[in-house]
Order: sequence, then C-alpha cells, then structure tokens
Amino acid sequence: MPESSFEDINNIYVSSTMPPSRQYSQSTIPLLPFRHYIGNTEFCTENNTSECMLYISQELLALGFPSIFFDLNGLRELDVISALNSMYGLLQMHRRAVGMLAELEVEQLRVSSDLHCQQLTNSKLKDQLELSKKENLRLCERERQLEANTKALHHCLKNEKEEVQKLQNVIASRASQYNHNLKRKEREFGKLKERLNQLLTDKKDKKQGMDVLNYVGRSDGKRSQWKTGKTDSRHESDMYKALLNEFDKHQRELMIENAELKKVLQQIKQEMVGILSPKRQSGETQKEEKPKEFTDQQIASDEEEENSFKGTSEMSCEHAREQLSNSIRQQWRKLKDHMANLDNKASLVHLGQGINEEMISKEVHQEEMERLKLEIQQCKDFIHTQQQLLQQQLSTPWDEETAAVLTDCYMLEEKERLKEEWKTFEEQKKNFEMERRTFTEAAIRLGHERKMFEEDRATWLKHQFLNMTFTDQMNLKTQNTLSEYAVQEQKHISSPKTPL
Amino acid sequence: MNFSEVFKQSNQLCKVSPDGKYLATCVQYRLVVRDVNTLQILQLYTCLDQVASMEWSSDSLFILCAMYKRGLVQVWSLEQPDWHCKIDEGSIGLVSSRWSPDGRHILNTTEFHLRVTVWSLCNKSVSYIKYPKACQKGMDFSADGRYMALAERRDCKDYISVFVCDDWHLLRHFETDTQDLAGVEWSPNGCVLAAWDSCLEYKMLLYSLDGRLLSTYSAYEWSLGIKSVAWSPSSQFLAIGSYDEKVRILNHITWKKLTEFEHHPTITNSKAVVFKEVEKRPVIPTEDLSIQQIAMESSLFDIQSKYEIPPLPVQVPVVKPDPDRANPKIGISAIAFSVDNRYLATKNGGFQVQSLFWHCSGDSVVLLGKDQLCLCYMATDEEK
Repeated sequence: MPESSFEDINNIYVSSTMPPSRQYSQSTIPLLPFRHYIGNTEFCTENNTSECMLYISQELLALGFPSIFFDLNGLRELDVISALNSMYGLLQMHRRAVGMLAELEVEQLRVSSDLHCQQLTNSKLKDQLELSKKENLRLCERERQLEANTKALHHCLKNEKEEVQKLQNVIASRASQYNHNLKRKEREFGKLKERLNQLLTDKKDKKQGMDVLNYVGRSDGKRSQWKTGKTDSRHESDMYKALLNEFDKHQRELMIENAELKKVLQQIKQEMVGILSPKRQSGETQKEEKPKEFTDQQIASDEEEENSFKGTSEMSCEHAREQLSNSIRQQWRKLKDHMANLDNKASLVHLGQGINEEMISKEVHQEEMERLKLEIQQCKDFIHTQQQLLQQQLSTPWDEETAAVLTDCYMLEEKERLKEEWKTFEEQKKNFEMERRTFTEAAIRLGHERKMFEEDRATWLKHQFLNMTFTDQMNLKTQNTLSEYAVQEQKHISSPKTPL
Repeated sequence: MNFSEVFKQSNQLCKVSPDGKYLATCVQYRLVVRDVNTLQILQLYTCLDQVASMEWSSDSLFILCAMYKRGLVQVWSLEQPDWHCKIDEGSIGLVSSRWSPDGRHILNTTEFHLRVTVWSLCNKSVSYIKYPKACQKGMDFSADGRYMALAERRDCKDYISVFVCDDWHLLRHFETDTQDLAGVEWSPNGCVLAAWDSCLEYKMLLYSLDGRLLSTYSAYEWSLGIKSVAWSPSSQFLAIGSYDEKVRILNHITWKKLTEFEHHPTITNSKAVVFKEVEKRPVIPTEDLSIQQIAMESSLFDIQSKYEIPPLPVQVPVVKPDPDRANPKIGISAIAFSVDNRYLATKNGGFQVQSLFWHCSGDSVVLLGKDQLCLCYMATDEEK
C-alpha cells in the first residue's frame, strides 16, 4: 500500500465524520496518529511494557478481539497465540481497510470526475439555455415586428380597397353620366335626321315671319339709333364705365373699411399705452431704477410718436401704415414683457422668496447682461481697429524719402490737380497782362493818330475855306466832297472806337 | 292663412305681373288676366293652340304665349286688347321663347337649338344668333337688363357671347376653358359672369364684363361636380352647391373659397333647431332646416300637422339614390340667399322640394313641395 493512501485515510479519520456503516464506536478511546510502521519504538519502551500491554489489550477488546492476556492468579500473562491471532486479525482488518480505502478512493475519484463532468455539462447546459432564451426573445421580437407589419399592411390594404371602391364609384357615376349624355345626343340626332328628312321631302315650306298690328314704342320712350361705328364705341365705353363704377364703389367701400380698421388699431394702441403706463408706475417700488427709466423713456417716445403720427393718420401711404402696425406690435410686445415680468414676480412670491428691493427679476438681469456683453464686444472691436491703425502708422517708416512721399499720400492726387490748376491760372494771368499791355499801347497810339488826324483836318479845312471864294461849282463840289469826306472821316473816327 | 277659390289652369301657367297688379293664368288655349286684389277677370285672350309657356313682359304691358308644337308665339297687350302680334317660326320649329329685359324683344330658340331669333316689337329688325348651346342655363340677362350672356358651342368648343340688349350688338365673344359648359349667370351688379362646367368636371370660371378671365375655381376632381349656383344679392359671395353634398362660398375679392358647409345626415350642431312636421297620416315627411326660430303652424285642409322640435342629435332620413342612374338625386340642388345677405337656404338630397325662395323682406322662406307648401318665418332675438 502506498504511503499517501495511509495519510489520506489519516486525514479522513481525523477530519471526516463517522461513516454510518462503522460498527465500532470510538468515542471513549482517543485516536492516535496512524503511522506507518517504521520500526518506531516510541510507544513501548522497557519501562512501560505492562501499561502498553494493558493498553493494547484494551484496544483489542474494544475492537472485538479476544483478550490477549490470560489471567493466572491475578497476573496478566501475555498470551502469545491470542496476541499473534489478534495481530493477524489486525493485519487482516488492515488489509481489508486498505482495500476498502482503495475502493473508496476509486469511488471518490469516479464521483469527483462525475461531478466534474456534471458541472461541465451543467455549465454547458446553462449556456445553451441562455442562448436559447436569447434566441427565443429574438424570435418573439421578430414575431412582434412582423405582426405589426402585417397590421399596417392590412390597414394599407383596407385603405387602398376603399380608394379603389371610391374610384370605382366615381367611374361608375361618370360612366352613367356619359351614357346618359350620349343617349340624349343620339335621340336628338335621331330627331334631327327625321326633321331633315321631313324638310327635304315636305314640299310646302312654312315661311317664318312676324305679323303684328302695329309696332310698339320702346320701353324707355326714346327712339332707336342707327347702327354706326359710333354706337360700337359707345357700347364699349358704356361697358367700361359700368366696370369702372363698380371698381370705384368697391374701392370706396374698401377705403371706408380700411379707415375704420385703422381707427380701431389706433384705439387699441392707445388703450395699450394706457394700460402699460399706470401699471409701470405701480410697479415702481418693486423694480430697479434702470428698467423703470428705460420704460419711462419708452412711454415718452411712444407719446411723441403718437403725437407726430396723428398728422399722418389720414394719409393712406404705406409708410404710415407700417408705422402704425409697427407701433402696435411694439406696444403688444411691451405688454407681453410686462405680463411676463408680473408672472415672474408672482412665481417668486409663490416660491416663498421675499422680493428684495435690491433683487431684480431674471429677465431684466439677463437683458442687462446681454447689453453689457454687447457693449464690451463693441469696445473690444473698436480698440482692436485702433490698434491696427496705430500699428500701421508705426510700422511704415522704411525710408525718410518714402515716408516723406507717403506722408500726404492721400492728398497727393488733389495736390497735383491743384498744382496744375495754379499753373493754368498763372498762364492765363500772364496772357491777360500781355493783352492788357497791348491794348493800352494800341489805345495810346490811337490817341496819337487821332490828334495828328485832327490837326491835318484842321489845316485842310483852313485851306479849303481859304480857297472857297474862287468858284461856286468848285465850292459846291468841294462842299459835297467835303460833306462826304466829313462823313467818311467821322466814320473813320468813330469806327476805331468800337473794338476798344 | 286664407285661400281664395280655386281657378283652373293648365301646365302650371299662373303668373303675377311684375308690378303686382295682375294675375295671368292659362287654361288650355285661353289666357285669363285677373286683377290681383279682386280676382275679377279683366281680359280674356284666345290663342291658336294650347299654350305651352307664358310670360309677362318686364313692364307688365304685354304677355307672351308660346305654343311649341306649332312654332307660334302670340303676344297680347293689356292696354290695347285689340292689339295682336303673332310670330311664326315656320318649319324651323320652336323650343323656348322668352322676353328680353326691356320688354320689347322676344327671343325664340328654334328646334335643335339651331339658332336664337330676336324679334323686335319696335321695328322690323330680326337678329339671328347661331349655335346657342342647349344646356342647363345657357342664356342669362344681367340684372339691369343691359347685357345678355349666351353660351355657344361650335367645333366642339364652348364660347360665351356677350350682347348689348339695346341693339343686340355683339360686345364680346370668347372661348371658355370648359369641357362642357353647363350654365352662365351674371352677378347682381352686372360686372362678373360666372360660368360653370357640367357635372362631370368641377370647374367654375369667373369672367369680367369685358371678357377677361378673372379666376378659376375647382374644388376637386373626378367626382361629380357642380349642381347649383347662386350669387348673393350684394355680389359679394358666390355659393356653389355640388354633388358631394357641400356648399362652398367664394368671396368676390380673391375668388377663393371662404367657407364650406356640409350637410351631414346627423344634425349635432347645438345652435341648430330642427322642426319635424308630424302628421296624422302615416307618411311623415321631414324638412331639414337650420334656422333660428319659428312662429307659425301650418294646417292644410283637414289634415292636422304640427311641428315639434326633437332633441339633438337628429338623424335626417336619407334615401340613397341609385348610383347607376345619371344625374343622381344627391347633392345640393337648390341654394337661395336671403335678400339682406344674411342667410343662406340650401336643399340637399332627394327631398321633394320643388322650389325654395326667400321673401323680399328677407325674413321668411317659402318651400314648395310636391304636396306641401311650407312658410318659415325667422324672428330675431336681438330686438327682445
């Protein structure tokens, strides 16, 4: 027998509970460790042989073996035969026990392997169960979807059938109508054919005509008029007049309606302003200063607007209309805001928070925030642009020349133009000067010439006067020539004046 | 309500003159004119044949008697009983005859609608208008009597001709975009002409007096379309009754649908009052009216009938018409606006109501059935 098996059985004996098949009780005798015989003499020494023998006999008695001692006058003598028998019995027992142990071991191995197998199968089955449950769920889900699908399709089908039925009804009614019409037309056609036949075969043709005793006057008493081109145009004009009258009437009605609606709108606006202003005053104590001022300003601006608008209310131009509708919308919005504020306050009161005088409502706060943010953004933009410009200014001095050139680059073009104009102006001035000079010289020369001419004339006249006495004819002639010459002279004298 | 004694008449030819003074009835070939107040016979005229149609002229001076079989029209004068006028259409036949609005011209439609002959009583002129259309309402005069609209058909296309009634001058002639023009009607202000297609297509066309197409309206396709049309007296609304049992109202500014009224067989509107006539006879006709109040009871001869107000919802008995027949008895067949533009009366379905008219004061409606006459007064609560 292997060692390990003994130790195992050791363990079993020590740790396990009593097997039910065990016949022998072991409660009174303490268990001793079951050792492999290794020639150990610890148990029995020369000193305690009698105790050992006693002990062993007790044990053997307990195990059911006959006593190994036999009494001889009160002395316990070791019966070797019975001791050997007992030893043999013990050995046999041991062998049996070992065999049983081996069997039990085998049994236990088998059982444990069985258990292991069972566990494996169990886990496998569990897995399978899980899988099949999932599969089941999936199939259930699919089934549900398919059912829903079929229901929807049924519904569609029903609808389609209804549609088809309706269309069939329509087709049937149309068909019956068509048939009816067709039959009517056929009947009429038949009658027509008959009539035609009759007319063609009938010899006496009844003439058509009117036989009246005397013609009656027109209902309006007027005479009828000849049909000329004028009547055609008159008819056209009458027709258009009728249409225009109708349009005018219509437009007038619409204008009246429009005016009424405008009045109503004005009234509404005024009422809204009225509603808003007293309410604002009552809410003064509960609001911050800023919003109150804001609204006061608004009301003031509205009133101004109203006053300015009164003048335009009669006008029906689009601008006035838009103004009115815009102002109404504004008022309405204010009213809504006011109502929202009141609601907020009501809700705050409802929540139990006391309205602190320093507290402002959420919306007002938000509005302020928005406004401030906007301002900040604007300032930032402004600063940014300024910085940019400054940088541009600072970053451009490359050369002094270019800087000098570029300093007034924006005005360059204008400067150039200005220079050119100055040039032309100077030139013109010079020209004028020159011309003036020439003219003055010419005038001086002319003056001189005139003086000279006058002197000559004077001398010539003197001569003539002195020579006048010689002949009359000569005088006449000379007078004529004189007068002519005088005229010519006058002309000469007068003519150079004009260009100057 | 008092009734006079019974007078004989034939062909339902019994008309009061436009000025309300005389009553003319036709008995076979005789024309009898009575005074309306005294019912004394004032005049008696004899025509050449049984009178098929009779009409007063607009100024109540003349009466026209038409005898279609012989193609004759005779005109009688009230002022001069000796005056006679006979118009013979000859072999071309006569299908209908009517006065023009001025009371001095007679328009005869010949057989097969070959032409319309305009005879003048003032002068010898005769005008012919070729190929008028034979349809539900092919000819209409404007309210002031100045213009006449005539539907024509040539080369499988529909046309409308507008004539000036003064001298029958053709003012406008234009084609219409319809499959089969069924009728034309002037608006009361004389500026708009409504033209509608036959029931196979729902199409309403609106033309201005000068022939321009103002608008087209079509509520739906394929199903049977327009059955009846009525203008409101102020020309602001046009009511179109169709085979789908709905009345649609168009407004005169945009010519788009303003509203539509349905005619459910079950009346559940809490504002509606339903009057059900209960008679001792086993036949119980029911009238479907949604009006505000009633103030009368009607009793005809010995049959006691009274109106009771059943609680809502009320189920109106509907007889399903035979769908295989043409012109089925479903849909709105009669529409009438009250004179003050406030109320609209409509008749839906196959009820035996021959005619539906408002009184000119605008507060009562007359319904004429096959066997019954029903007067409905409406009293407004506002005065109380």
